[in-house]
Amino acid sequence: MAEEEVKLFGTWASPFSRRIEVALKLKGVQYEYIEENLTNKSPALLNYNPVHKQIPVLVHNGKPVAESFVIMEYVDETWKHNPILPTDPYEKAMARFWAKYIDDKLWPAAKKVVVTKGEEQKGVIDEIEHKMKNLEGELKEKKFFGGESLGFLDIAANIIIWLLVAQEALGMDQILNEEKLPALHGWLQRLLDDAVFKECVPPKKRHLDFSKVKFGSSIASK
Amino acid sequence: MLLGFWFSPFVKRVEWALKFKGIEYDYVEEDLTNKSTLLLTSNPIHKKVPVLLHNGKPIAESLVIIEYIDETWKRNPILPQDPYERAMARFWANFIEQKVTKSTKEALVSQGEQQEKKVKELKEAMDVVEGEAKAKLNDKTLFFGGGNGVGYVDIVLGWTCNWMETIEEVGGFKVLDPESQPQFHKWMANFREVPFIKPTMEPKEKLVEFFRMLRQDRLGLVANK
Repeated sequence: MAEEEVKLFGTWASPFSRRIEVALKLKGVQYEYIEENLTNKSPALLNYNPVHKQIPVLVHNGKPVAESFVIMEYVDETWKHNPILPTDPYEKAMARFWAKYIDDKLWPAAKKVVVTKGEEQKGVIDEIEHKMKNLEGELKEKKFFGGESLGFLDIAANIIIWLLVAQEALGMDQILNEEKLPALHGWLQRLLDDAVFKECVPPKKRHLDFSKVKFGSSIASK
Repeated sequence: MLLGFWFSPFVKRVEWALKFKGIEYDYVEEDLTNKSTLLLTSNPIHKKVPVLLHNGKPIAESLVIIEYIDETWKRNPILPQDPYERAMARFWANFIEQKVTKSTKEALVSQGEQQEKKVKELKEAMDVVEGEAKAKLNDKTLFFGGGNGVGYVDIVLGWTCNWMETIEEVGGFKVLDPESQPQFHKWMANFREVPFIKPTMEPKEKLVEFFRMLRQDRLGLVANK
């Protein structure tokens, strides 16, 4: 078999590039990780993703793939063992629907909560809680969204960790509390305990410090 | 069963996918002002069309539905077989949704400076689309799906053939330009002529009337009655 060359361009704090790391590790794919500086993007990154100039970008045998969900599906279809997406078309559709919900609805609200204050922020928190309740409806009694082991939707939901760290950095109450969101609360503990997933979470202190700097300044300047 | 609105480009996409595969389906016209119980229970999260019901199980979001259709009925594949080609098709579908579809919607329901901003974003996105069309299409390859057959990207982009002009007229802006977008215009002309697509194009006057109402409603403009 030909020598596989797999490269991942990402940033340590980005949940999007972390998603790809989980996918690759779950499949046991060897890859070279390249840490990008988003204030000084490498010529390689700009060459591989000229349309968006963003991370993550996966480069497989010289061919680039961009956009985290597109990359995840590519990884799943190229390395077929340990499937990330369900095999049943309907279950697959549900995973894709909810992954889209996370990126289209939950992520924008999460970004907003760290740059708003007072009443406006309260409104956003309510919105996030409502959306997370919807997600809980999809999780139900399952161990993970993917069933017994973590899958596409579990990986996609990693942005929740980003949100919780940002909230902690700003001294806010954690949105994911056991009372209001019991199923998700349990799920998060299991996710962070998972052998593969926990390798792909930014180191807590570094992430907290980073979030304090990033979001603290945007609040202080108001 | 497909729940839809006649004026929705998202619904139309799903119909194109179904027709391309020769799948029989019941179409149910929903009322925007009075959504059916079936719609509200089938898509409780967004309460929007299109919703495909297959053996009673609902699927929402047009791109999710199209991939479901492609995986359930395997004849006449919509997406390519090769994983890399599939990734490219999905990448471009995402680009179209994020940059073309979204900006067009936003330009339709905005005015003044806000609209100008959206139109500028849309023009930039169309430049990228033209670039991709120049790179991929020629006299032998009429469609993004390769060769003479439409594929995923064509179906996702197809709404521009009918709705873009309508929304330009209603919104009072211009983005389509045959001179700076020759390949894209060639693609539009070819897409409109595809035998199963041609009869589905809604008459422009009907669409203009509807979207004019929608824009006025959104901008809070009250028409003189």
